[in-house]
Amino acid sequence: MKSSVIVFPGSNCDRDIAVALEKFKIKNQMVWHNDANLPKSDLVVLPGGFSYGDYLRTGCIASKSRIIDEIINHTKKGGLLLGICNGFQILTETGLLPGILLRNKELKFISKNVFLKVTNLDNNFCHNYKKKNIIKLHIAHNEGNYFANNDLLKKLEDQNLIAFKYSDRNGNINDNTNPNGSSNNIAGILNSEKNILGMMPHPERMIEPLLSGEDGSLMFESLFNKK
Amino acid sequence: MNISNNLIESHGLKKDEYKKIVNLIGRKPNLLELGIFSAMWNEHCSYKSSKKFLKKLAVKNKNVIQGPGENAGVIDIGDDDAIVFKIESHNHPSFIEPYQGAATGVGGILRDIFTMGARPIATLNSLHFGSPEHPKTKNLLNGVVSGIGGYGNCIGIPNVGGEIKFNSSFNENILVNAMAVGLINKNKIFYSKAKGINKSVIYVGSKTGRDGIHGASMASAEFGENAEEKKPTVQVGDPFTEKLLLEACLELMKDDSIISIQDMGAAGLTSSSVEMASKGKIGIEIDLDKVPCREKKMTPYEMMLSESQERMLLIINNGKEKTAEKIFRKWNLDFSIIGKTTNTNNLVLNFKGSQVANLPLSSLSTDVPLYDRKWKKNTLPKKQKFLENLEKIKILDCLKKILSSPNNSEKKWVWQQYDHTVMGDTVQKPGGDSAVVRIHGKNKGVALTVDSSSHYCKAFPLYGGKQVVCEAWRNLISVGAKPIAITNCLNFGNPEKETVMGQFVECVDGISQACTYLDFPVVSGNVSFYNETNNKSIEPTPTIGGVGLINDLKNMISQNIKGTENYILVIGKTAGHLYQSELYREVIGFKNGPPPEINLFNEKNNGMVIQKLISKKIVKSVHDISSGGILVALTEMCLAGNIGVKIKTPNNNMTLHEYMFAEDQSRYLIEINEENHENVSKILKENSVHFDIIGKTQKEKIELSNNFSISLNDLKMLFSSWFYNYNKV
Repeated sequence: MKSSVIVFPGSNCDRDIAVALEKFKIKNQMVWHNDANLPKSDLVVLPGGFSYGDYLRTGCIASKSRIIDEIINHTKKGGLLLGICNGFQILTETGLLPGILLRNKELKFISKNVFLKVTNLDNNFCHNYKKKNIIKLHIAHNEGNYFANNDLLKKLEDQNLIAFKYSDRNGNINDNTNPNGSSNNIAGILNSEKNILGMMPHPERMIEPLLSGEDGSLMFESLFNKK
Repeated sequence: MNISNNLIESHGLKKDEYKKIVNLIGRKPNLLELGIFSAMWNEHCSYKSSKKFLKKLAVKNKNVIQGPGENAGVIDIGDDDAIVFKIESHNHPSFIEPYQGAATGVGGILRDIFTMGARPIATLNSLHFGSPEHPKTKNLLNGVVSGIGGYGNCIGIPNVGGEIKFNSSFNENILVNAMAVGLINKNKIFYSKAKGINKSVIYVGSKTGRDGIHGASMASAEFGENAEEKKPTVQVGDPFTEKLLLEACLELMKDDSIISIQDMGAAGLTSSSVEMASKGKIGIEIDLDKVPCREKKMTPYEMMLSESQERMLLIINNGKEKTAEKIFRKWNLDFSIIGKTTNTNNLVLNFKGSQVANLPLSSLSTDVPLYDRKWKKNTLPKKQKFLENLEKIKILDCLKKILSSPNNSEKKWVWQQYDHTVMGDTVQKPGGDSAVVRIHGKNKGVALTVDSSSHYCKAFPLYGGKQVVCEAWRNLISVGAKPIAITNCLNFGNPEKETVMGQFVECVDGISQACTYLDFPVVSGNVSFYNETNNKSIEPTPTIGGVGLINDLKNMISQNIKGTENYILVIGKTAGHLYQSELYREVIGFKNGPPPEINLFNEKNNGMVIQKLISKKIVKSVHDISSGGILVALTEMCLAGNIGVKIKTPNNNMTLHEYMFAEDQSRYLIEINEENHENVSKILKENSVHFDIIGKTQKEKIELSNNFSISLNDLKMLFSSWFYNYNKV
């Protein structure tokens, strides 16, 4: 299993995701956003951070980077693509995933642990969550309020393209368990082919007990043991 | 141009200081030169009122690699790893423009860390606001918290801890003290001292704009009615550029291109070039046409005094210019060779073909006037007989009032706006006694805390100064760390007043006594005077940032109660000191009397015994007893662990109020299980440490026999609500 982590100016979770990938035996290399060629990879990761300072719309400038065409080609050939936090925002800006991420409902940055229900277990990112489908991960974002119109929400629900929803520890999903105002409590979505996942929570920050949880590990194990 | 008295005054210089300038350079300065003197001779940059007293501080122990005088202090933590850290104030700008003031405070302190070659691994902060009812407080609180978050979250350094306090003495002068901590290989530390003649002087980072001109001078004067008019002296932060600058500098530092490096902080290009050259005892010549400018037609005066952020000055080895340029261009940063080092010992500035300034560097460094200001000795306040009958107020009501007060309630509303887990090494989060950050890729960590006690210092500066160092020491001990060194930020009023200077001198004396005794030296810091508006000064507030080492993270411990049926012990003697306590201040509104005194022998002895118990793995949890006393500390432990406790009525000659709420120092609470009871008691007795067994843990509620019983849920509501209610729109 080979991965490439794309580094944009302002990425700041690039090292964290690289540490996680390597911990789970995925051979990783860092790729500069301005490179023309993507090294041969099974998985490409767009890491969290503040690409270009998020001074324009989040992820907007990064979505115009030179490497993006190569990444689109990679997904067309069935390659896996994971966008975490700012990476998810870049994915919606490129149009690889539908919908958009707005500012959090309370207009404040939120950094805390949240519970999530894994709502799609049938994909290469999440199949190991069959063992445990209510999990705890950390969120850290200012623009994580996923918005989709009713037609899109219906499509996402009907086609089972929602990967994670914000919940409580028992898996209940309602307004009280929604930290940022996301439509239908959505924390992460897949494309129709299920080879692209965008998510706001940070699985790479929960890969050992010392970091207050290991629920992120299951995602990297899923990737390593690709279906 | 004629230098009028008005012009001298508006540059913050006194008449006799101007005379000294004329003497030093043998002529009248021009306007640009006057501006340069103003930037270097102000209190913020020169330490002219404080230097004499700061010399008393202990600055060395076996771990110290670099003490005060560099961009930051450096300590050895073994295996070639070193920790670089410093705390700095950004009080004045944050009061004028809270978001940008606080943001650039974070940016500035981070640059001090990575200038030395370290990768920043954590930030902390200490914030003091006016009373919550004051019309400005809510706006200032929200602006400062957003500014700190906005900068730190973007650059991606975890914000792992701090403190927030409210007190009416800060109504018109808030305190924003930011601390940053970095990790470095001890053999690859970069310093600011220039070396060699004819080396290229290089400017990198953002362009220079017209923001922050005379920022340091503004911060060296008290405020009047017109504080808001000073907004243009506040810099505007750009954390994205800082992130690029950080990565570019660390990339260049991988080889041996850089001879010396200095960030452009207070007094910008002026202080960075002067400091580098004067430390190296050489000269420096700058061609101002080469300075990258954000706006057209900027004058030399503006360029030299701008405090635009995210800029660095480097002196590099001959032939390395191209390598350096390539790296900075890759990160889309400005790069310009603006001058060279010379053997003249002068600062020479050229602009459009002519020399516009030429000053001996000594006149800007070693010859800066130093003052031996007059100061007034403080007297220890008397223990007035307290008339009100405390017994009438129920213990539980006191606890509730304290727990739900702004100063003692939970600060989650604040720290959940800061990314505290980025970088993947935060192993103890905000909300505990100290934060713990793991050394990347290793099984050791550093414990970090920041503390202050302004009302203790106000009541009696000597005790207050001592107490705050001990508090930091205790907070580090409480997570299983060995305390190593501190950084301090000394926030005071106008030093030209004898009372303020008296507070300063005696606080520094207290700090000095404690850090000498505890072998806990000061390795960096800053002094912020003139925290004063309309002649009213703040309470004296030395802030201490402490760093400790946990050699094996298996020995890390936390304050949350781990299980039921365990014993709770109070370590250290409770004498019933209620003056300056939260019980008196918050519940009764009585603010007179002396602060608790510190016995340094007990402090050290108790702390070392706690270390011993932790290393023997016979304690489950540890929490220091500070603000609010035993009952508040115990409640915090219970809430953190979601486990209750049954407390028995102590058998001693104190009232219950005195025992439960006294703020006697050098005390801890520990949780132990039954099987270790004997062993722990034996160790405590062998080391002559006083202890009381005060109760046993149990499910769900906190009880005091024959007095009260309350559920953890009810207490949690009280403890966690204040900030949310206060900031509800």
